[in-house]
Amino acid sequence: GAGQDVGRSCILVSIAGKNVMLDCGMHMGYNDDRRFPDFSYITQNGRLTDFLDCVIISHFHLDHCGALPYFSEMVGYDGPIYMTHPTKAICPILLEDYRKITVDKKGETNFFTSQMIKDCMKKVVAVHLHQTVQVDEELEIKAYYAGHVLGAAMFQIKVGCESVVYTGDYNMTPDRHLGAAWIDKCRPDLLISESTYATTIRDSKRCRERDFLKKVHETVERGGKVLIPVFALGRAQELCILLETFWERMNLKAPIYFSTGLTEKANHYYKLFITWTNQKIRKTFVQRNMFEFKHIKAFDRAFADNPGPMVVFATPGMLHAGQSLQIFRKWAGNEKNMVIMPGYCVQGTVGHKILSGQRKLEMEGRQILEVKMQVEYMSFSAHADAKGIMQLIRQAEPRNVLLVHGEAKKMEFLKQKIEQEFHVSCYMPANGETTTIFTNPSIPVDISLGLLKRETAIGLLPDVKKPKLMHGTLIMKDNSFRLVSPEQALKELGLAEHQLRFTCRVHIQDPRKEHETVLRVYNHLKGVLKDYSVQHLPDGSITVESILIQATAHSEDQGTKVLLVSWTYQDEELGSYLTSLLKKGLPQSTS
Amino acid sequence: MAAHLKKRVYEEFTKVVQQQHEDLSAKKLRLTKPSKSAALHVDLCKATSPADALQYLLQFARKPVEVESVEGVVRILLEHYYKENDASVRLKIASLLGLLSKTAGFSPDCIMDDAINTLQNEKSHQVLAQLLDTLLVIGTKLTENPSVRMRLVEVACKHLTDSSHGVRNKCLQLIGCLGPVEKGVAKEVESQAAKDVQKIIGDHFNDQDPRVRTAAIKAMLQLHERGLKLQQAIYSQACKLLADDYEQVRSAAVQLIWVLSQLYPESIVPIPSSNEEIRLVDDAFGKICHMVSDGSWVVRVQAAKLLGSMQQVSSHFLEQTLDKKLMSDLRRKRTAHERAKELYSSGEFSSGRKWGDDAPKEEIDTGAVNLIESGACGAFVHGLEDEMYEVRIAAVEALCMLAQSSPSFAEKCLDFLVDMFNDEIEEVRLQSIHTMRKISNNITLREDQLDTVLAVLEDSSRDIREALHELLCCTNVSTKEGIHLALVELLKNLTKYPTDRESIWKCLKFLGSRHPTLVLPLVPELLSTHPFFDTPEPDMDDPAYIAVLVLIFNAAKSCPTMPALFSDHTFRHYAYLRDSLSHLVPPLRLPGRKLVSSPVSPSITPHEDPSQQFLHQSLERVYNLQHLHPQGIQELLEFTIRDLQRLGELQSELAGMADFTATYLQCQLLLIKALQEKLWNVAAPLYLKQNALASAAAKQILEETYKMEFMYSGVESRQVVIIHHMRLQAKALQLIVTARTTRGVEPLFGMCEKFLQEVDSFQRCFISELPHMQGSFVDKLLDLMPRLVTSKPSEVVKILQTTLRQSTFLHLPLPEQLHRATANIIEPTGESDNPLRFTSGLVVALDVDATLEHVQDPQGTVKVQVLYPDGQAQLIHPKPADFRNPGPGRHRLITQVYLSHTAWTEPCQIEVRLLLAYNSNRSKASAKILKSTWSESLEALPQSENGIEGTIPFSKPVKVYIMPKPARR
Repeated sequence: GAGQDVGRSCILVSIAGKNVMLDCGMHMGYNDDRRFPDFSYITQNGRLTDFLDCVIISHFHLDHCGALPYFSEMVGYDGPIYMTHPTKAICPILLEDYRKITVDKKGETNFFTSQMIKDCMKKVVAVHLHQTVQVDEELEIKAYYAGHVLGAAMFQIKVGCESVVYTGDYNMTPDRHLGAAWIDKCRPDLLISESTYATTIRDSKRCRERDFLKKVHETVERGGKVLIPVFALGRAQELCILLETFWERMNLKAPIYFSTGLTEKANHYYKLFITWTNQKIRKTFVQRNMFEFKHIKAFDRAFADNPGPMVVFATPGMLHAGQSLQIFRKWAGNEKNMVIMPGYCVQGTVGHKILSGQRKLEMEGRQILEVKMQVEYMSFSAHADAKGIMQLIRQAEPRNVLLVHGEAKKMEFLKQKIEQEFHVSCYMPANGETTTIFTNPSIPVDISLGLLKRETAIGLLPDVKKPKLMHGTLIMKDNSFRLVSPEQALKELGLAEHQLRFTCRVHIQDPRKEHETVLRVYNHLKGVLKDYSVQHLPDGSITVESILIQATAHSEDQGTKVLLVSWTYQDEELGSYLTSLLKKGLPQSTS
Repeated sequence: MAAHLKKRVYEEFTKVVQQQHEDLSAKKLRLTKPSKSAALHVDLCKATSPADALQYLLQFARKPVEVESVEGVVRILLEHYYKENDASVRLKIASLLGLLSKTAGFSPDCIMDDAINTLQNEKSHQVLAQLLDTLLVIGTKLTENPSVRMRLVEVACKHLTDSSHGVRNKCLQLIGCLGPVEKGVAKEVESQAAKDVQKIIGDHFNDQDPRVRTAAIKAMLQLHERGLKLQQAIYSQACKLLADDYEQVRSAAVQLIWVLSQLYPESIVPIPSSNEEIRLVDDAFGKICHMVSDGSWVVRVQAAKLLGSMQQVSSHFLEQTLDKKLMSDLRRKRTAHERAKELYSSGEFSSGRKWGDDAPKEEIDTGAVNLIESGACGAFVHGLEDEMYEVRIAAVEALCMLAQSSPSFAEKCLDFLVDMFNDEIEEVRLQSIHTMRKISNNITLREDQLDTVLAVLEDSSRDIREALHELLCCTNVSTKEGIHLALVELLKNLTKYPTDRESIWKCLKFLGSRHPTLVLPLVPELLSTHPFFDTPEPDMDDPAYIAVLVLIFNAAKSCPTMPALFSDHTFRHYAYLRDSLSHLVPPLRLPGRKLVSSPVSPSITPHEDPSQQFLHQSLERVYNLQHLHPQGIQELLEFTIRDLQRLGELQSELAGMADFTATYLQCQLLLIKALQEKLWNVAAPLYLKQNALASAAAKQILEETYKMEFMYSGVESRQVVIIHHMRLQAKALQLIVTARTTRGVEPLFGMCEKFLQEVDSFQRCFISELPHMQGSFVDKLLDLMPRLVTSKPSEVVKILQTTLRQSTFLHLPLPEQLHRATANIIEPTGESDNPLRFTSGLVVALDVDATLEHVQDPQGTVKVQVLYPDGQAQLIHPKPADFRNPGPGRHRLITQVYLSHTAWTEPCQIEVRLLLAYNSNRSKASAKILKSTWSESLEALPQSENGIEGTIPFSKPVKVYIMPKPARR
């Protein structure tokens, strides 16, 4: 799922022989089988547990975790599921709510049960931020802060030296209750990024906030009612804090309601996971926890008919079902009222329809609803905009980028931009499509300390830019690589050392006596090779470091001297240089 | 055996140290030098294990070493260094060497060679690094000597190839601190290493270790600080470092780029991947802007801060920082700011809400949108939205600085600053308000902006509100609706927070005087006058009404047509307010009332001089009339004191001066009165009454002298001498009085002794001032000193009495500026009739808000005193954070005082006042002694034998009605 599409996030990654499933979401737009990912794609027969090494859930939105109980209990999966602590805490609440709406309200059967949710949550392993979790011996995962909603995380999946970062949904600009996503320069082979706002660059959030407050304030002053459809968790809390502080500052009296049930439980978790929130809340919670609202009260269904102004937060966020839709139906007829859509709406939902300007809606039972109330759209959705996505790519420096969770047309634009500016290849597979990325794995080799020290002592300081040549023996044994000094390698393998010598004859035309020739060669070499120790031995041979040069007269032609140059293979470099030098002949000037 | 020896040596060692310690406090003996180094030597030789040696060294390091013996100690340490095998001991020795060469007065060139030699054979990297550190210390002490520096730099260059990052680090540091700065020197000394320090350092920009890279950049910056002109070639290298993996490298690199941009602002650099070229400062600006969205907040803060100081950047680039091209589904979208502006210019104010207001407009060419590369784009937008408030504050500061230098930018950044008024963190809001105030000369607020600004008036934080009032004081408003809006909001603020009264009035005063023409059309509405009907007269005590009047009167000052709109009672109110709130209401030229107001205003400046003259004249008069009849002197003094006091009341500029001298004269008067001959000639038994007078006088003089010394800011040492002199006289008087009244000699001995000690310390403190004191009490006393020391108490007293009477009266020179410390308690007001009720035994918090003027170091001296009706007094030390400093010489104390008491039957009043605590040891006189002895030893401080601590009340007490109720059972 989530390939060139928003909703139903479900991505399969195979990395160095490991299979990881990223997110397991449902689709808001469908009510039939299409709402869940097609798990038969993974394996037709046989259990999923055998095939998947682990499942990672990035955050608690239903389009990222909605199919989890179905997947683990109904389809059958017993392996580990990883998510952060807040996600683990809040996720079951949302799943239960989702189940209730689908089963109790719509009367669907063949849906997962409460028990299934509980069973499913038992398989969950909670992780901390920046904690490296070893799934098995080779596979490790690590969570990074992602903003977006409480407990949202980006995950780095690493096998050996290959790694993938999955961003889930993230936000690069901090908001009233959460900080900004952050990742270190981990240089993954592949970055899987969401791209909901691939073609948008948003205005400063301060303008947005002010605009929002102004709109709400004006409507309330006029005596109208404001409906803000939200998902129970996430944006709702930010808007609550925003309105709460505003109400306090302006000393407003109009009631603010929040649809009950879910919220109380969820707010409880928000109070609990203070460490996951932004700087301000973390700093002030000693005096007062920002999530203990003074002005915001629980909503009762009867309140919707109360006269006078009010502000109501109601779930769900896309007006596709539940309380928000009920309230919307009640209030839609009055032009004094207002509905503010604070986030993205998937195609097919009522929210999407009214946002695209539709004023007459066909409801269930062929009933036509005329929308007279004002419809406002405020992009409070905490996804990274195009600039944010680019910023994250810059931070992480991946070698490849893969875009998911967005519309194809928009992705196209972003893809082009990424390729143009970072010069990395970018992919955007559709659902069911597989993208193969070739990595350039580097293979780590253990090196003995003695060898390393010896080799670095020779020559200059190690330079980042230049590869360095070193002598050693590579031993491949028991699936590990080691680089050791030749002596040690010999010892380990129990082999005797063999000397390999190259010997080369160089003919030189020189009529003089042998020892004079030797002397000339000696002087010449000494002049050329200033950095090496050149010695003239008493037995009439010359050594340059460990290279031996001897001169004999040619047996047939006394005028031709044969220079015998001999070196071990370790000195190959110098030896071949010497021969080429000698082949050029001696300088004519006799010295 | 060894253990025994060691013990003995150890004992010896400690003994020697102690001895040396005593020496220090008394007189220095040269003897210490051999003993100390010898002890160390013995110690180190006997140390059996490295751990032992380390212990000795540690102990040794705790004791100071005097200058003369440093060299000896160093030799011994070095000797031991060569012998030592353990790296940790060598490390300690190396660090000790550095410590020792820091000793003041010691010139380390003699040990430099040795220090360099030790480097040669050292294997341990840690020790090597420490040795280089020592060399750095030596080098910094010998900066004047170029050849030494050259040598050290050479040494450092040699060790740059070391494999340990620590060593390389230190080498770079050394080069940075000591590398040649002047071109000439480099030429003279034809050394290879010194040829190009910059190149050497630059090579290490690519070091494999991030710490070394950082050190390299820092060394480069250090060179720059020392005056070396960095080469432009470094710029491209530094730019590469901006993409480093490590934040400290990036942070340093940002700094380096900034430095280079300041050095070569106008050079041209090419833009990679295109043929264009831009100015270096612009390029650097773009790069630093880019760093505002760095991953590490430390770098972000750094970048944001530096942006502020890049004023040479071209405006085109500058304005980009506020521009973030918005788009939505690939279509260009206008920012909310732009929309607001358009709305404004099209003249549509009412609601302005149209459907599809922010609908995206034109299509954007996909190719033309640069998402990330266009560096400067939106840097401030990002900075101001940052997660960390540190970054936001830095960004606001930078905005402020840039806006101050560029009016057009100021205009542009206004929207963003206004937005920052709604930040979630108070500090940021405060900072942005202050910023706005600073740039307010360049800007005019639009109405919608003013609206946002004014919304902040409801903020619950007092600091924010007051900052905002100050901002409003100096803003320009464009329309009369704006003024009206501001007034309405300020009045709303006034009703919500009545304590803001003063600051709101002040704010309206400036608002009125800045916008007379805008206020004019509002006048009838504000005064609610009607062309035909008389309206009821508003309540004169209503703060809101006063606020409106303040606005109008200040506007009327430069708008002569305005008074015509006033009704009768307005004129009456004017007269009243002009008198009661003269600092807020300016003199007006009112028709038919010219006489009332006009003479005051123009005459202020010329009047100043005469009053100053008057002050001096009256003082002259007093000083000249030394030999008048005692009665005459007394009368003259009394009149002069009265004159001075009145003068102080009339002329606030001279108040400090006048009060100061009046106090002095008062002391003198008391002294003269107490010494009147006829009183002293009365036989002792009949003497009690006069005695009481004299001792009371002495006591009062003492108190007054403390006041003079500690309550006035700007008192110089000349005055201090005279004050102390006066105090000495008072003490003499005290002594005489006690001598007269007590029987027996024994108690007198002690007192005489003490007095003579005081004379002695006076002499020591003010030896330089003594020549100015011809004929004074002290002068005479010192002449008689040899006699005094030997004579009996009764004689001493007699001598004192005559000297006191004969001594002349010292002329008190006046300093240029003299201000009396004053405090004014704003809250509690003391007007409330409702008692503050609380359960006895528990505490109640009382908010205290006071302004302090001319108080030096209020954190240390100002105390709050609470006096309960039962005479119980409580002294509270406010926290240092409770003091704010709104302006030079002004402080504000906002604190909470906790009260508690047992149950009372009915409410009663307690008194709250502010006290100025003093300690005679802290005075300027004794500070001198401190300074002179400081360098020798800390312990050798003169003990506070005469350290008198006391407090001076310096504010009017405020009564608070409280009622502790008995606890309910």
